[in-house]
Amino acid sequence: MFDHGKIEKNIGLMLVLTMFTISIGGLVEIVPLFFIKGTVEDVKTPEGIKMVRPYSPLEQRGRDIYIREGCYLCHSQMIRPFRDEALRYGHYSLAAESQYDHPFQWGSKRTGPDLARAGKKYSNEWQVQHLIAPRSMVPESVMPNYPWLLTTPLDTSDVADRMAALRMTGVPYSANKAEYDNNVKEFGADVAKQLHIPDARKNLTEQAQSGNYDGDASNVTEMDALVAYLQVLGTMVDFSKLDNDSFVKFR
Amino acid sequence: MSQGNTQSSKVQTTGHVWDGDLQEYNNPLPNWWLWAFYLTIIFSVVYWVAYPAWPVGKGYTTGMATITYKNDKGVEKTTHWNTRALLMKDMQDAREFQKKYFDKVAAMPYEQIAKDPEMLNFVASAGKVLFADNCAACHMSGGQGKRAFAPSLVDDDWIYGGTYDKIQETITNGRHGIMPAKGGADLNEGEIGNLANYVLSLPGESMDAAKVKAGDELFHGKAACFSCHGADGKGNKDIGAANLTDKIWLWADVPGAGSADKQVEAVKAVIAGGLNKGVMPAWSGRLKADQIKLLTTYVHDVLGGGSKK
Repeated sequence: MFDHGKIEKNIGLMLVLTMFTISIGGLVEIVPLFFIKGTVEDVKTPEGIKMVRPYSPLEQRGRDIYIREGCYLCHSQMIRPFRDEALRYGHYSLAAESQYDHPFQWGSKRTGPDLARAGKKYSNEWQVQHLIAPRSMVPESVMPNYPWLLTTPLDTSDVADRMAALRMTGVPYSANKAEYDNNVKEFGADVAKQLHIPDARKNLTEQAQSGNYDGDASNVTEMDALVAYLQVLGTMVDFSKLDNDSFVKFR
Repeated sequence: MSQGNTQSSKVQTTGHVWDGDLQEYNNPLPNWWLWAFYLTIIFSVVYWVAYPAWPVGKGYTTGMATITYKNDKGVEKTTHWNTRALLMKDMQDAREFQKKYFDKVAAMPYEQIAKDPEMLNFVASAGKVLFADNCAACHMSGGQGKRAFAPSLVDDDWIYGGTYDKIQETITNGRHGIMPAKGGADLNEGEIGNLANYVLSLPGESMDAAKVKAGDELFHGKAACFSCHGADGKGNKDIGAANLTDKIWLWADVPGAGSADKQVEAVKAVIAGGLNKGVMPAWSGRLKADQIKLLTTYVHDVLGGGSKK
């Protein structure tokens, strides 16, 4: 018969076998997701252009600020497929919509509302005013004030480095002509320009000035970046161009 | 130690001995616990058979349970059980439940909905939820609006018009109000001051007569204010130019200014800087046509600010 005395008296063997046993759950539940077709849905326009794109340099810097300020502690970005959430927030989140998020911001705690489809729901001025003084817009809110965002210039010096780092994790920011050409094919010319790392600072400044997110086009503040990020959340997939049951087959 | 000794006399040991005297008690789990555990194992097998469970190659076992739903085109589809299909079915079942009301909302002309107490009741309760989720963030929960931000929806003053059609148009496509800045090259500080005096005199504030007269000339001349706000200053709803002859101030905080000087300053700031922030988002992408119609009725009749013309 099997003598477990051998395991219990051999600390090295016990360590190996314990680690094997506790990884079974992860191996069975997580690893297959990397192989199952449709874990991340393929969302394309009828013309074959990918709807979900990586963030522009300005949006990406806004995302950094979102993480720096700890917004994720109170806001999730994951609309679950339940009726009450569909009625309040909109279409359930797709895995495809956070495929370029590193790390993702799904979250599991909602003190404030879910933000997965906050983009374009409010005007830029609303977002700015609400970030400076949330209770001036929503009297019952418990969100802290973030007035410094409007007065702090955005640090753009390292935006290209940040994009290069994300490129290493698999986000298709382009570092050379070949990658750029590939992006033109996949995302269209306009988006591909935004994803080109050598032009990062130029693109960032242009978007901040033309978008006028904080109401002052003369400088680029952290508010510009954060509002640009908030306004793009959940807006990339145009559900009106897709059948409403397109995504049923993936789960 | 005495306790341990008592126990050792009653409880069996597993028979293992370490270091000559270290022994291990054999305390088996209670039977009810064991059976509950066996039941969870049996349950999991049933679950594997019924629902999506095991990864296999590039797919997974989908299970025997199914869900039948109708897609947008009205085609009935049956698929393996999954939460996305379940949501489609839940949404449809709820829609079915409200169908007779939503069908009526879609079919009835606005005026008729407003006269039907049962329909108005439905609009009041369904509209309240839609309003709270989508409109209240700017227009506030009662539709009272917010100065320098979003107009009140409960008064009779409308920037783009308060008829059913205009409200529906506003909700569907959104609005973006722009007033060109008159400061800097266009007008000097004194001229803007005169204009502010004139604008304040329109709803009946008593202002310096000379300045009002100078402002009048600018309004109808060099500053070209009349081209949008009209020669009588009553505004133009087609382009969203506000009526300046009433005492309702959306952008300049005239009622809260305190003194006449501060009132002038508040109006001057708007004239000099212009406005490029009266942005209302378009809701056509978020709300269905019948929801927009319902909200229109809610704003017009339940909040009560609607007008006939």
